[in-house]
Amino acid sequence: MGDPMPLWGMLLLPIGLLLLGYGGAAWSAILTARAAGSPVSLAAATPARETARLLVEQRRTIPGADTLLWRLGGATVPVAAVLAVLVLPVADRAAADLSIGVVWFNAMEVLIWVAVWTVGWGANSAWGLVGAYRFLIQGLAYALPHMFALTTAALGAGSLRVSDIAQAQENLWFAALMPVAFGVYLLSAMAMAYWGPFDPAVARDLAGGAAAELTGVDRLVFRSGRYLMLTAAAAMAVPLFLGGGAGPLLPGWAWTVLKTAAVLALLVWLGHRLPTVRVDRFTEIGWVVLIPATLLQALVVAIVVLVV
Amino acid sequence: MVHTAVFAVCAAASVAAGVAVFRVDSMARATLALLASFVLAAITLLLLDLSYLGVLVILMMTMEMMIMIVFMIMYMMNPAGLMPMTMVHNNRGALAISLAVFAALVTGIFLVPWPDTRPGTPADPTLQLAEAIMGSKMLVMMVIGMVLFATMVAATVLSTARGRYDRYGDRLRRSRPDDPIRGGVGR
Repeated sequence: MGDPMPLWGMLLLPIGLLLLGYGGAAWSAILTARAAGSPVSLAAATPARETARLLVEQRRTIPGADTLLWRLGGATVPVAAVLAVLVLPVADRAAADLSIGVVWFNAMEVLIWVAVWTVGWGANSAWGLVGAYRFLIQGLAYALPHMFALTTAALGAGSLRVSDIAQAQENLWFAALMPVAFGVYLLSAMAMAYWGPFDPAVARDLAGGAAAELTGVDRLVFRSGRYLMLTAAAAMAVPLFLGGGAGPLLPGWAWTVLKTAAVLALLVWLGHRLPTVRVDRFTEIGWVVLIPATLLQALVVAIVVLVV
Repeated sequence: MVHTAVFAVCAAASVAAGVAVFRVDSMARATLALLASFVLAAITLLLLDLSYLGVLVILMMTMEMMIMIVFMIMYMMNPAGLMPMTMVHNNRGALAISLAVFAALVTGIFLVPWPDTRPGTPADPTLQLAEAIMGSKMLVMMVIGMVLFATMVAATVLSTARGRYDRYGDRLRRSRPDDPIRGGVGR
């Protein structure tokens, strides 16, 4: 448990999240451009151009829309991402180094369920509602393996405090000690940001699903919130599985940023490589394969903790 | 002083959100109002330094409400729940029941011998909770856990239309299950 984060650090935290999130969006645009054969050099600015376009685009009004819930849901996505990284230790200091940091992260990231469902519901559109229900089903598939993966990391350190978990990896990164939990965490990180193979909630077969009717600034908030959430999930992988800010030469915060960027780049790349998984198939895999696998992983780690 | 102010705001807002559940005209708004009420109640737990329980209430209630919303909309009395509706019915009976329950709970508040907190809260309430669950309350928790698990399995078995005999044949000899949707594990 270190000193509290100074005020400028707390201001820098959402800015850093935003910059890394932009990096993720730019990397995604570069991958898209490369696949399409168009010039890669322009692609890095695509998210900025898209942001400018969405800012001046006129909002669509829909008869019968539940505007309050619709807007509230969209705004919840980035807010949940920022709240989730409050417990992230950067250079041994977190904005709020809670004794139950892992549970806090889990609770804030589950707010995405409310956000996506509400965005899908609010537009009074069948496509949106189908996408919203898809996300809840996918949530039931990934939530339990995800929780067991988080529990296993906490179990390895004997603490729910995120900075304690980072410190417990001085000798051996948890990614090496508990590879199954790390793999499941990466899968669920993509699932909670409805990214890559886990994007049926906003998939093209539903004309955009939960995001079908979003236009202008609403679409901007929802989309950027998705990249913020993906970045937040990637950032939390660093203290939970990748040794936190530990590393040679560079200071702790730089290692945290570098590792986060690496995990984020991997997640974005995986999202482009893998096809969308149908939620009913993923539910079966989640319950029949991932839950027993993560439980066995927790058992192995528990024995290691007791014996070593 | 700050604690009292936060408690007062959360308590009043929690009750207001609870009232809103019955004043709004859509199941989605009602469920989210109920969620807001639970989250505000959880903040009062955080004020008692019970951070684990408080955050757990936020986590579990968020997930529960999002599952509940599916069923609430499914079983509503208008198609798909997309039309406005009234959230109250059987007003007299409901009023009598709620008044009786409120009276019983308030009586309980005054009758329960509340523990003396003057020695101060323990350093790590989460650890104490875990020790109580895994120690003196172990038997109760195990029994509750088994009952909940048995209920879940029984409900799933009763509600599923296709059992293992449909999937693997009458003698359970089929090597690959016969499922209407392909894909998933082992197919």
